[in-house]
Amino acid sequence: MIVVTILYYLMTAGIAVVIAANFLKRKNWQEEVLYLIVLIPFLLRLLRLK
Amino acid sequence: MVLRKIAIAALAAVLAVFAGSSFYRSRHLAEPVVAGPGVARVARLGDYFPAIKGGVNDANVYILEGKEPGGSVLVLGGTHPEEPAGRLTAWILAENAVPAKGRLFVILSANRSASTATRLGGAYPPDYTIPTAWGGQTFRMGDRWSNPLDQWPDPEVYIHYPTRQQLAYMDIRNLNRAFPGRPHGTLTEQTCWAVCELIRKEKIDIEIDLHEAELQYPVISTIVAHEKGQDLAAMASMMISSNEGFPIGAEASPQALRGLSHREIGDHTDAVSLLLEAPEPFLDATRGRTGRELLLTGKDEFIVRAGKRGLLFEKIDEKGWPIDVRVGRHCSAILQILETWSEDKPARAVVLSGVPKYAEVIKNGSGSYLKNPKTADPAKITYE
Repeated sequence: MIVVTILYYLMTAGIAVVIAANFLKRKNWQEEVLYLIVLIPFLLRLLRLK
Repeated sequence: MVLRKIAIAALAAVLAVFAGSSFYRSRHLAEPVVAGPGVARVARLGDYFPAIKGGVNDANVYILEGKEPGGSVLVLGGTHPEEPAGRLTAWILAENAVPAKGRLFVILSANRSASTATRLGGAYPPDYTIPTAWGGQTFRMGDRWSNPLDQWPDPEVYIHYPTRQQLAYMDIRNLNRAFPGRPHGTLTEQTCWAVCELIRKEKIDIEIDLHEAELQYPVISTIVAHEKGQDLAAMASMMISSNEGFPIGAEASPQALRGLSHREIGDHTDAVSLLLEAPEPFLDATRGRTGRELLLTGKDEFIVRAGKRGLLFEKIDEKGWPIDVRVGRHCSAILQILETWSEDKPARAVVLSGVPKYAEVIKNGSGSYLKNPKTADPAKITYE
């Protein structure tokens, strides 16, 4: 289980990076806000805050 | 555009800090316990199964010993921390009970991990406060399942060990679906294994698991008993219903539903396993606002309406189901179970004093039985 857990944290980090990259690419402020709201739970999970 | 991105990122950071600090406070809220006059020592669950030692579920085990030898009883509070009457009753036992005969083992946070998170999407309050003469004691709200920070991810289907029965995926983190547990399993399974090891090593005669149930759930206001405890539960049910001022049923633990304490502890140890259910409207799906008031008063107009339409398995009116009523039910049920057991098995008797009965808890309030940690001997204080 511990290996699977580590893999899930790696996946979470990967998705967070993709969301952050998309945030940087956006030109519309509404989409920027949307990406950052989606990013928050991923960051909190990586910081082990639940 | 760069300035705009920085401004939006700063706003998101504020939101993340706000949410994160709330989660952190909720997970780390210290809950003091003042060991009562009956407590001989405080052990840890990890003393019985070292693999969980020092971890989030290395719960305190309060061991209360009588002057005369007798039997041994284990009371589990906090199997489901979102059912606060179970934890509060265990708190009252640890801080007030004095055994004259036999031994009482009390765990206040059987699944401590589950007490550190609330239900995803449930809009639960992070904590609640029981009023006391010295101000009030605040408890973590908790959830039904172990915190995903401690056990993650969940499988598509949870396959119970050792029966291989298929259960709902999230119940792999449900302490009351993971008994008897296994030494090399998940955190929740290891915790169940540790409880069973305690029962085996301490030769526990009776294990009582304290719960609460939604009014739309048929197993409510009852004692669920393994085959070994059905006579005991039936007699206790009759005595309580005739003497204590509230009805309580007795039900057989189903053999086909696996992982529950009343089934697996009875099957895998020598103990008689019982589970007590009190009504908790906070858990009902048709509830209104999910706040501290509903948790503690048990009053909800929508559940009353559901009752008028015959959708409930327990009565409810405008008075609701206050926490003191629920705690009082558990206290009286435990006392009656022990009295009935002790009459039947005098050599293994467990006789307690100092524990309030149903009418006393309602009259005085649960908070009157909680001790003030600020005025207590620091050597007697532990934290859950």
